[in-house]
Amino acid sequence: MTTGKSLTRLLSVTLAVLASTLVFAAAQAADTIKVGVMHSLSGTMAISETTLKDTILMMIDEQNKKGGVLGKKLEAVVVDPASNWPLFAEKAAELLEKDKVAVVFGCWTSVSRKSVLPVFEKDDGLLFYPVQYEGEESSKNVIYTGAAPNQQAIPAVEYLMKDVGVKRWVLEGTDYVYPRTTNKILQAFLEQKGVKPEDIMVNYTPFGFSDWTSEVAKIKAFGSAGKKTAVVSTINGDANVPFYKELGNQKISAEDIPVVAFSVGEEELSGLDAKPLAGHLAAWNYFMSIDTPANKEWIAKWHAFTKNPKRTFNDPMEAHVIGFQLWVKAVTKAGSTDPEKVIAALPGLEVPNLTGGTAKVLPNHHITKPVYIGEIRDDGQFDVVWKTKEEIPGEAWSRYLPADKDIIADWVQVKCGNYNTVTKVCSGQNYK
Amino acid sequence: MPQLLQQLPDASYADKQTLIKQLAATHDPRVRVVLNALLEGNLYARSSDHQVFITRADGDNLALTDPLTAAPAGTASSDGLTRIGVNNQLRKTLRVALAQFDLSSPDAGVRREAVREMLRAVDAQTVEVLRGRLHEEQDKGVRADIRDGLALADLDSGDADTRLAAVKTLAGSLNLDVYNRLSSMVEQASDGSYGESDPRVRAAAQSSIRAINRWRIFYSGIQTLLFGLSQGSVLVLAAIGLAITFGVMGVINMAHGELMMLGAYTTYVVQLLMPQHIGASILVAIPAAFLVSGLAGIAIERTIVRHLYGRPLETLLATFGLSLVLQQAVRDIFSANNRPVQSPEWISGQLQINQALSITYNRLYIIVFTFVLFLVLLQVLKRTRLGLEVRAVAQNRAMAKAMGIRTEWVDALTFGLGSGIAGIAGVALSQLTNVGPNLGQSYIVDSFMVVVFGGVGNLWGTELGGNALGIVNKLLEPYSGAVLAKIFVLVFLILFIQRRPRGLFPQKGRAADG
Repeated sequence: MTTGKSLTRLLSVTLAVLASTLVFAAAQAADTIKVGVMHSLSGTMAISETTLKDTILMMIDEQNKKGGVLGKKLEAVVVDPASNWPLFAEKAAELLEKDKVAVVFGCWTSVSRKSVLPVFEKDDGLLFYPVQYEGEESSKNVIYTGAAPNQQAIPAVEYLMKDVGVKRWVLEGTDYVYPRTTNKILQAFLEQKGVKPEDIMVNYTPFGFSDWTSEVAKIKAFGSAGKKTAVVSTINGDANVPFYKELGNQKISAEDIPVVAFSVGEEELSGLDAKPLAGHLAAWNYFMSIDTPANKEWIAKWHAFTKNPKRTFNDPMEAHVIGFQLWVKAVTKAGSTDPEKVIAALPGLEVPNLTGGTAKVLPNHHITKPVYIGEIRDDGQFDVVWKTKEEIPGEAWSRYLPADKDIIADWVQVKCGNYNTVTKVCSGQNYK
Repeated sequence: MPQLLQQLPDASYADKQTLIKQLAATHDPRVRVVLNALLEGNLYARSSDHQVFITRADGDNLALTDPLTAAPAGTASSDGLTRIGVNNQLRKTLRVALAQFDLSSPDAGVRREAVREMLRAVDAQTVEVLRGRLHEEQDKGVRADIRDGLALADLDSGDADTRLAAVKTLAGSLNLDVYNRLSSMVEQASDGSYGESDPRVRAAAQSSIRAINRWRIFYSGIQTLLFGLSQGSVLVLAAIGLAITFGVMGVINMAHGELMMLGAYTTYVVQLLMPQHIGASILVAIPAAFLVSGLAGIAIERTIVRHLYGRPLETLLATFGLSLVLQQAVRDIFSANNRPVQSPEWISGQLQINQALSITYNRLYIIVFTFVLFLVLLQVLKRTRLGLEVRAVAQNRAMAKAMGIRTEWVDALTFGLGSGIAGIAGVALSQLTNVGPNLGQSYIVDSFMVVVFGGVGNLWGTELGGNALGIVNKLLEPYSGAVLAKIFVLVFLILFIQRRPRGLFPQKGRAADG
């Protein structure tokens, strides 16, 4: 009988411990609001994502100094999905089911976002996604604070077409989902604008490609047909340096064949010798060098928070600053941190962005953003050479793809992320 | 000139364009200095009175020079000054404008460069200037360049005879612009009309294109071969150290890539130590990297590999673990970000053999460098005492021992030699690719591939095998794209190894006897 007794004792102790943690958790929940931060702090994506975690920690710190939200302090729950896509889904479930966080700020790559999407939809969570992406998606549970293709790629190409007079196009990308989808949209857009198929060259290279000799020679030959040529680059991180170096070595200057990149920002440039890149272009919704009081103030705060006056501030970080402010505003408006109520409160809310405009949440869960084209300076910062007159509303579904042009996302009226306006059928989330 | 200068600070990019052209048209020698400063980003306007100054960095402040009098105008902090910005189109205009000043330079090379620069944007004004220059020009090369450029401009002339003469002048030119321009003349539009209306001119253009085409195909063949050799050389470079440790000693060293990485980081550190002499830093880095990686290799051999001889699986696992340790160590010391390694002047740029054939210097140096390294290594193995002992141990360890060779000592030195060569490869790679913790990983598979393909234990096999793979890859790339080309090469390798498991040049030795 001793074994039976000790077993019961063990059970009761365990129960007591469990109960006390529950009470403790409940007590804590009463005091604080939990904010999930899900960015890779190790592995290949750590370079880009670590600063985003720091940004949210800074925002939480800032908000707590102002007294928190709804009279409660905010508490960050930081998890590390380690650049491992399936682990993103596990960590998301952990945040939503175990920690019961009110909101999650996280993800960088599209594949990580796709991997957590079912979890957020099942558990009815709320995710703020801060990175420019390929579009073709709108979930009830995600607010996309990064740029959709019509807020980055399309304006950049329009700029080259109108202001630089580009007639021939090289779409050069790394071989994965974001470049392939973006190039599909760009190709459709260019052809609708009357560019002949023989004036467009699409080319893909593997991740981390470094032997650019013949690729660049191909671009050079393509670019000397007497028509102004530009390269639209969706080349991913590491392969960029050898690419730009080879351009420099083969004497292709930004004056003859400019390269406009969508994934080269301040953070990426800080790790390399930017001289061979000078004069080439990048399209973003924010540049650290933009001279507005709000921007200066945030950069000063960032430097004070990180205790490092050399840390760069970049586009996805601005998206997080905007996203966080939007969430605080929505919670205040809804009077609750319940994701469902917050999601309902979000569309229509506005906060100032760091470049002197406003970011407004649209019914399709994207936001309005200005578009800037910057020329790379040899110190790794950008000179703005062009910007849109006003903010551009993000479009989840591209109007240039034949398959998508009738599809809209609207979480206010039709409550559907993939609604066909012609057949009146909803085939996304909320599909019945 | 003062008025034009005054307008610069507040002008839009389009206005600046016209202002620059007007400034250049004054032919005032002072303009040249101003435009040069504008191009270099050294032209500032004072915020208080909009006066324009040429500046030079002076500590934290800027030293000002008055552009009109060339007299120093004191220093000022950069807060009160605004840089006059330029964009790509303006830079081009500026270069063309500056080239006009260079046209009268006494140096024929400078003049030639200036003519090329001007031909990048041909308009009525540049044609006028060039025509004027043609009469005065003495140098043959410059004259030919000007004539080509003018002929190209004449192709747009309204007069058919002028066009015909222009086509004839351009007949022997390998210039890509000429080729494209001529092609567009004989191209038939959808409505049946040609780019060129006159049939005589069209016929002449047609025959010129045929001649040009023959040469272009010939030269592009050579170019592909050179590209292939350069990629092959990179492969050989990465593999040649492994050809010694794996090929001669039979040690599967998964940390080989990390030894290359150490070499690349050594280059970075050397550049940090001698920031004033980037040009020489590479030359210093080569022996430094050899020592660093070589010593690391000897340490690895003495502490780990020595205990695992004859147990390939354990060696593989241990060295793989070691490669992770080295990567993390580098991450902790230098951070996970890539490190910027600069390329010296003499490695940048390209060798223009003619207008259809050019090769970048860094590739050219890699080809030469790899070949020299290969020859030196071959001589070391063939003619030195160490090489003799290495070969003896590789062929028959017991017998070598009986002859009084200290095999342990030879093992350590051989491994050190292979590792040191990997370090030198790292120096070369730092000029081609990113220097980061993952540098080694991206080359390790390629290195094993080359050694196995060439024949384990054979340096010639590595040299020829690597170059053959590089050339095959580059021959395929234009047709299949970079992704598929790599796949084809790997499939080819698998089939090849099936038929000849011992590679191109099988050799007897410890590894081959297995």
